[in-house]
Amino acid sequence: MARFEGTKSFVATDDLKVAVNAAVTLQRPLLVKGEPGTGKTVLAQEVASALGKNLISWHVKSTTKAQQGLYEYDAVSRLRDSQLGDARVHDIGNYIVRGKLWDAFEAEEAPVLLIDEIDKADIEFPNDLLLELDRMEFFVYETRQTVKARQRPVIIITSNNEKELPDAFLRRCFFHYIRFPDRETMEAIVEVHFPGIKSLLLREALTSFFELREIPGLKKRPSTSELLDWLKLLLAEDIGPELLREKSAAKLIPPLHGALLKNEQDVHLFERLAFMHRRQS
Amino acid sequence: MFTGFFLQLRAAGIKASLREFLTLQEAMQAGLGDYDIDTFYYLSRAALVKDERLIDKFDKVFAESFKGVLNPKPVGPNGVEVRDLPEEWLRLLAEKNLTEAEKAEIEALGGFEKLMETLRQRLEEQKGRHQGGSKWIGTAGTSPFGANGYNPEGVRIGQEKGRNRSAVKVWDKREFKNLAGDVEIGTRTMKLALRRLRRFAREGAAELLDLPGTIGSTARNAGYLDLQMVPERHNAVKILLLLDIGGSMDDYIRLCEQLFTAVKGEFKNLVHLYFHNCPYETLYTDARMRAADGLPTNDVLNKYDRNWKLIFVGDAGMSPYELLQPGGSVSHWNKESGQVWLQRLVQHYPKAIWINPTPEKYWDTSQSARIIKQEMEDRMFGLTLEGLDAAILRLMR
Repeated sequence: MARFEGTKSFVATDDLKVAVNAAVTLQRPLLVKGEPGTGKTVLAQEVASALGKNLISWHVKSTTKAQQGLYEYDAVSRLRDSQLGDARVHDIGNYIVRGKLWDAFEAEEAPVLLIDEIDKADIEFPNDLLLELDRMEFFVYETRQTVKARQRPVIIITSNNEKELPDAFLRRCFFHYIRFPDRETMEAIVEVHFPGIKSLLLREALTSFFELREIPGLKKRPSTSELLDWLKLLLAEDIGPELLREKSAAKLIPPLHGALLKNEQDVHLFERLAFMHRRQS
Repeated sequence: MFTGFFLQLRAAGIKASLREFLTLQEAMQAGLGDYDIDTFYYLSRAALVKDERLIDKFDKVFAESFKGVLNPKPVGPNGVEVRDLPEEWLRLLAEKNLTEAEKAEIEALGGFEKLMETLRQRLEEQKGRHQGGSKWIGTAGTSPFGANGYNPEGVRIGQEKGRNRSAVKVWDKREFKNLAGDVEIGTRTMKLALRRLRRFAREGAAELLDLPGTIGSTARNAGYLDLQMVPERHNAVKILLLLDIGGSMDDYIRLCEQLFTAVKGEFKNLVHLYFHNCPYETLYTDARMRAADGLPTNDVLNKYDRNWKLIFVGDAGMSPYELLQPGGSVSHWNKESGQVWLQRLVQHYPKAIWINPTPEKYWDTSQSARIIKQEMEDRMFGLTLEGLDAAILRLMR
């Protein structure tokens, strides 16, 4: 079995590697939580490309039902076809629409199945999938057919913690919480995304970034994806490191801070702090 | 096996199940543990802990359980016990890396043998981990022994370059402390806790298509379409929020603000009123508590029936007179004591709780808090995630 060691475009910490490899080897789902923007969804793509598997993503919304992941019976089309005298109508199998889980089970090679933002769905959603994820099979009532996984797919589930997940579900998973990366990891991440970025600019940008994260009372602290956006802007605008370092009176607010702070209250708070700081000095 | 470790985890309140424990065994059997304590730490964490709020507890138990393995004989990456470094090896290393001048300095300290002898003694004496300082073996100090130090005669022990993210440090650092369930919380997490307090009911105008109803009624109608409508579902929980404002509550303004924002966002049927220290015959609709904003408590009792849920937010810290004596209030003359009013409110609303932002360990030191807790029949909860969870469960009963 191939081991996941991170990829060229994704920096994986040791604990993440252990968790992913455990889930892949023992064929159990891996539940990933973490601050928004720390790369939960990207992880599945990277695991798929690192292990050379296909990725099947199932994005969960508040209206998603567990059944939709298995299959849906399109009764309305069948009704219409029966009115029009279509011959297809006699085979109910024509109206069974396959879900993502079915696709994953029937795939030639075991794919990576991403169940994204499972907490968005109804509170019973994870419970409804227990048996399917455990045994990797389900029964299609309409056609009296049992769908069984050819190979157990690698399942990665992400959650933003909007709902508590049921215990029975949690017990079947491995769990990993993506911590906010420390400075060293962050440098590695930026290097992966912007190879050859001027090291001086990077150092100044990271200093500003971590200082910004330390401000108490921010509603949404900027995360990795926001840092990457900001760096992209800085590079595009060709802003030099000396501008970031300038801690003098008028320049306390880092340029293009709109990429980092996404909430107008945060921007206000930040500007107020900068103003007070200016008055002191 | 690690049965002891597993039992310790459960004793510490991490309710890992047997199934998860077996998964861990399976993983170890599959060779995922790598016979390396760091990997084992990550592996057991991924298998046994399913809630980031519990990771801090897990770190503590892990450190406790594997203290014997790590300390005082930390195992290096190659399985070498660091404490038993062969002397010859150190000597060779020293000769290889030290300049002539440095060797002379070692001589000044009594020679290599002396240095090793002292090191051995200190290792005997020292118990536990050490950082800083100038005598013990540890990190970042000026003693001759340890890692990252300044002493030119220093003997470097157990320092590996670039391994500063090793797991030993991770559980020592306890980086998940912030996520532990018993510390204060932000608006979003509060909202999540409050979300449990939902009781949906259909109220108001019938605007939604009732599909099962329509099908049933159409069938009864011999196939003629008969549309049925139902009202939309709303959260029918009604909350009466009484907030203590001013004085000793000033320390908790931020926390209470967060709670208030969360409550306001979560409940449509919310009435909030203010009081100072203890509710008396008047409650106030505005935090400035001017006479014009006053609302007689009796009117409140009449207006909001017993189906409302009552939540007090206050530190319950005041002089006992304010609670027990008529006329004890600090701001006005009250005919009846605060205790009487409190009893009235609690009797009227069977679903009542008191949320106290002060840390739970200080409650017993304040007489007024003890009395109020008694009046509330022990329904006093801390303003932490755990406290809020317990409070909401209590309200739902």
